[in-house]
Amino acid sequence: MTSGFGEGRSTRVQPTSDRLRSPTNLFSSLLGRFDRVGCVFGAMAAIALVLQPFVTYRPNRIASGKSVSFLAALPQTTGLVGGAIICTAILVAFSRTPILWRAIAAFAALAVLIGLIGLVPLHLVPPSNTFARVSPSSGFWLLILAFALLAADTLAKLKPGPWVRLLALAGVAAASALILCSGWLRGISILKEYASHADTFWTEATKHVELAVGSLAGAVIVGVPLGIACARLPHLRAITLPVLNVIQTIPSIAMYGLMMVPLGLLAARLPLLSELGIRGIGTAPAAIALFLYSLLPVVANTVIGLDQVSPQTSEAARGMGMSGGQRLLKVELPLATPIILTGIRIVLVQNIGLVTVAALIGGGGLGSFVFQGIGQSATDLVLLGTVPIIALAFVAAVLLDAAVDLTRGAAP
Amino acid sequence: MIEIEHVSRRFGTTLAVDDVSLTLERGTITAVVGTSGSGKSTLLRMINRLIEPSSGAIRIAGQDTASLSGEELRRGIGYVIQGHGLFPHWTVARNIATVPVLLKWEKARIDRRVSELLELLQLDATVYANKYPHQLSGGQQQRVGVARALAAEPAVLLMDEPFGALDPIIRSQAQADLLALQRRLGVTVVLVTHDMEEALHLAGHIAVMDGGKLLQFASPAELLARPKHGFVERLIGTSDRPFRLLSLRSVADAVEPGDAEGRPVPDTTTLHDALADLLWRQATSLPVMSADGAIRGRITMAAILARAGAPAVSSPPE
Repeated sequence: MTSGFGEGRSTRVQPTSDRLRSPTNLFSSLLGRFDRVGCVFGAMAAIALVLQPFVTYRPNRIASGKSVSFLAALPQTTGLVGGAIICTAILVAFSRTPILWRAIAAFAALAVLIGLIGLVPLHLVPPSNTFARVSPSSGFWLLILAFALLAADTLAKLKPGPWVRLLALAGVAAASALILCSGWLRGISILKEYASHADTFWTEATKHVELAVGSLAGAVIVGVPLGIACARLPHLRAITLPVLNVIQTIPSIAMYGLMMVPLGLLAARLPLLSELGIRGIGTAPAAIALFLYSLLPVVANTVIGLDQVSPQTSEAARGMGMSGGQRLLKVELPLATPIILTGIRIVLVQNIGLVTVAALIGGGGLGSFVFQGIGQSATDLVLLGTVPIIALAFVAAVLLDAAVDLTRGAAP
Repeated sequence: MIEIEHVSRRFGTTLAVDDVSLTLERGTITAVVGTSGSGKSTLLRMINRLIEPSSGAIRIAGQDTASLSGEELRRGIGYVIQGHGLFPHWTVARNIATVPVLLKWEKARIDRRVSELLELLQLDATVYANKYPHQLSGGQQQRVGVARALAAEPAVLLMDEPFGALDPIIRSQAQADLLALQRRLGVTVVLVTHDMEEALHLAGHIAVMDGGKLLQFASPAELLARPKHGFVERLIGTSDRPFRLLSLRSVADAVEPGDAEGRPVPDTTTLHDALADLLWRQATSLPVMSADGAIRGRITMAAILARAGAPAVSSPPE
C-alpha cells in the first residue's frame, strides 16, 4: 500500500535541472504521481461537480424541473467551503497518496455531500412553500458514486478479512440509519415521498425481502438435494441442467405471464387454493417464478462444488470406512459449501432485482413504488423504490461474500 | 496373515485380476509390482473391499473379509493413497482422528492417540496438530496420511503408491521411516508400486503382476536370481541386476578376517555401497567395523564381486 507513495517520491529525488531537461522525463515524473484508478474517480467527481446539475428544483411533485448547479444550490459561504473540501478530496483521489489519506478523503467527501444536500431545501425553498420539491440530480448522484467507489477501492486495497467487512457494513448501515432518523434530509424529495408513503413502505419492503429470501429458501431446499442427485447420476444431470438453463432464459415478465394462466385455472377449479392466496396474480406466481429462476444457480453450483472435490479425497473417505452418508455430510458437502454459497449469493442478488418486476402482477414489494412512480411520472417515487433495492442487493452481496470467505477460510 | 485365494475381478468384459492366490505372512512387507493396468491396485483394493472380488475369497487372520460390512472392514484396515488424500477442510489432528471418530472412541482416548501418532511420525504436536494439510510440505502430508491410516491400530496397512508424489530425496527418507515404523509396530504392510527399486528396497516379498495375472511371488533375492522368463526379467532390468543383488546384502555377510588400510566401513553398509566406496577410493580392501566401533575384519573387492552373480544365491538347475 505504501509502494505507490514510494514510487512517487523516487521520481522527486532526481535533481530538478535533470528532470526539466527532457519533456518525456517531466511527463513520466508527472505520470508517476497519478493514481490510475483514482484518476477515473477524480475525473468523474470533477465533471459532476462542475458540469452537472447538483439538484433539480420543481414547483410541485410532478412538474418538470429546473436544474440547479452546486454553487447556486447552497448559501455562498457554505457552497465555497463545501466545494473546497470536495475539490481537495478530488485532488487526493488523483494523486498517489497514502491509503489512509485516500480513505479519509473519500469518507469526508461523502459526509460533506450528505450534509450539503440536507441544506439545499432550506436555501432554495421558502418555509411556507410545501409543494416545491428538491431532488438530488445527476451531479449529486455522480459525486456520491465517485467517492463511494474511491472508498470501496481503498478498502479493497487493504484486503480486509470477512469479519472486518461485516463490521464495515454494520458501520455504514448504522451511519445511514442515523442520518435518515436524524431528519437532516427530510427536505429532500425522496424522503418527502417516503413521508407520504410511510404506511406502506415498510410492508412493501418486508414483502420484497420475504419474496426474495423465501423463493431462495425454496430453491435451496429443492436445489441442493437435486444437485447432489445430479452429481451422482449423470443421466439426471444431462436432463436437469439444460431444462433449468432454458427456464433461466425466459424473460421475467414473460415468466410471470406464463404463471398466470395455469395458476388462474387451478384457482378457479380449486377454491381452497384460491383461499390460500394461490391465484393467477399476486404473490404465488411471483414466488414460483423466482423459485424457478433460483434453481439453476443453486443446482449447478452444487454439482460443480461436489465435482471439484478431488477424487483422492473421496477415495480416502471411502478407504477410511465412511458410509455414503458420512462421506457426503462430513467431507463432500463441507468442501462444496463455498461454491454452493457463491450460487446462493448470485440467486439472492438476482432475486432482489427480479422481485421488482413482480409488482407488475400484483406481487407487491418495492417494485410497486417504481411502477406507481412511472405511472404518475413521479421520479421521486421511482427512487423511493429503487434506492432501497440497490441497498438491499449491496447488503446481500457483502453478507454472502463474507460467508463464502468464512467457509473457504479453512480450505482455500 | 492375509490369505488371498483364487481371487478374480471382472470389469465388463475385461478381467482386471485373474485368479490370484497369495499368502502374506503376518508382520511382513509385501510389494505388489506391475505396470499401470496390471491389476495391482485392483488387487490391493479388493483386500479392503473398496472393490468387491468377482470370485474367490480373502481372509485376514483367518476371518473371511466378506463376513463384515465393507465399512466395518475398512475401519479396521489402514489405507494410504498416493498424494495422501488428506481432508483439506480438517486440521492435521482431525484428519488423524478420522477412524477413531468413526469408531466412536472417547474424546480423551482420541486425543491421546493423536499425540502419540504425531510423536511417532516425528511431527511436533504443538506446531502441527492445528495446521491444515495445505500448510504442510509434501513429506509432512505423507506422514500425516500414514498417521491417519495407523490411528485405530490396524494390524494391516494397505499402501497404494504411497511415495509416488514425493521428490527423490524426501522419498528415500519416507521409505526409511516406513521400514523403521513397520519394524516397531509389526504391522502387515501391502504396498503397491510400479517402481521395482522401491519394492526391492522395502519388501520382504514381491508379487509381480501383469495383465491381471500373478507372474511371480518371491523374495527380492530369489526374484533377482531367478526371474521368470519374459516380463519379470524385463521389469527387473538385466543390466543393473548384479548391483541390485548387492544392495540386498550387507557387509556383515561378506566380512573376512584380515587387515586393511583406510577408513573403516560399518558392517551394516550394503555390499552395493561398499563396492562404490572401494571403487571411489581405488582400494581392493577396506577394514570393517561393527556398531560398537570395533574392527571385525575386512571386506575385499573379490568377496563382493563373488556375491554379485546369480549363482551366488542358488544355481538354477542346468
